[in-house]
Amino acid sequence: MLRFKNHIFPGSLEEAYELNQKRSNKIVGGNGWLRLGSKQCVSIIDLSNLGLDGIEEKDDEFIIGAMTTLRELELNKGFNEYTGGAAKEAVRHIVGVQFRNCVTLGGSIYGRFGFSDVLTLFLALDSYVEMYKGGVIPISEFAKMKYDNDILVNIRVKKADIKTVYTSFRNQSTDFPVLTCAISLGSNIKTAIGARPARADVVEGEIPKDMEKYAIETAKSFTYGSNIRGSAEYREQIAYVLIKRSLSKLI
Amino acid sequence: MEIKLWINGKLINDDVSPDTPLLEYLRSKGCYSVKRGCETSNCGLCTVWLEDKPTLSCTVPLMRANNKHITTLEGLKSDAEELGGFLADEGADQCGFCNPGFLMNVLAMAKELEDPTEDEINEYLTGNLCRCTGYTGQLRAVKKYLEHKRKGG
Repeated sequence: MLRFKNHIFPGSLEEAYELNQKRSNKIVGGNGWLRLGSKQCVSIIDLSNLGLDGIEEKDDEFIIGAMTTLRELELNKGFNEYTGGAAKEAVRHIVGVQFRNCVTLGGSIYGRFGFSDVLTLFLALDSYVEMYKGGVIPISEFAKMKYDNDILVNIRVKKADIKTVYTSFRNQSTDFPVLTCAISLGSNIKTAIGARPARADVVEGEIPKDMEKYAIETAKSFTYGSNIRGSAEYREQIAYVLIKRSLSKLI
Repeated sequence: MEIKLWINGKLINDDVSPDTPLLEYLRSKGCYSVKRGCETSNCGLCTVWLEDKPTLSCTVPLMRANNKHITTLEGLKSDAEELGGFLADEGADQCGFCNPGFLMNVLAMAKELEDPTEDEINEYLTGNLCRCTGYTGQLRAVKKYLEHKRKGG
């Protein structure tokens, strides 16, 4: 159980950043994951009052605040039109409406969890994270970075002429996924695979002529692990199926 | 820490321990419909409305409710009785432990979705676990309740 002495609502990102430099303090997103640990913190830092919630659509990009809930992402008309419903598909299996009304995009992305549906989706899009001190970083780079004490402010998704499909495989409804897959197709193809069970990763290349060969080779290009939900070998087979299934929807 | 919030329309000013989950606080104020179930944000038993949105009260740190309005089943007595009647008519109850959270989420869905399909109902309510039944009784009851409301009931 998470224990803490103070719940602080900083009035600025600078104040939040300063507080976050102390190891005994933790930033709280939606508290869906943090509360499950046994951490003892002096203070939790709550970004709720910094205006980081909401999705702004511009001509060339979406700017999604770190405190935007997964439910807002699921219901946002503009972002779902842009992703062809992939945004909704990526989150609708996550526990339930009540949970998605709590948990935040920033928490999901910053956590870079090895089971993350959300990270997988954004890796397939032309996405960037905006860190308070670290600036704007491509999400594919961010996904590989070590945890630090910076603050994730926004996720930016550059608009492009692409089609996107998101698929996942679960042993049981609302459980963590066995595997996740997001593919975007534009002038090239980006395939992201997550819940390997490790941080999601993405490969990018030219649009292949032989889709079967692409699905086999791309599935093989990722590394997989084993856990209670499935073995590495099983995950590779599932990856092949999800890639092939996604391609059939895109082409 | 000092907190000000409204529970079922009643203003409360209090001095609280900040690491109290909203769930514990609501129960300490007599809202015993709010149940502790899984403790892992999965079962939906602790569902309350935070500013009219269905939310897991086990997951919300209490201070996030500062200056906010909380609704529990105690604040929706007539709606709960009406919907509860449909559940009883369909034999949808067994132990009934999941009922308060389930009712809160069905009532939230009835406000949010206009004429939902069976798939939409199932999807909206997937975060409410029942370990006694097979959900079919609940689904029948919810569909009949929504039909009743559509007809102006």
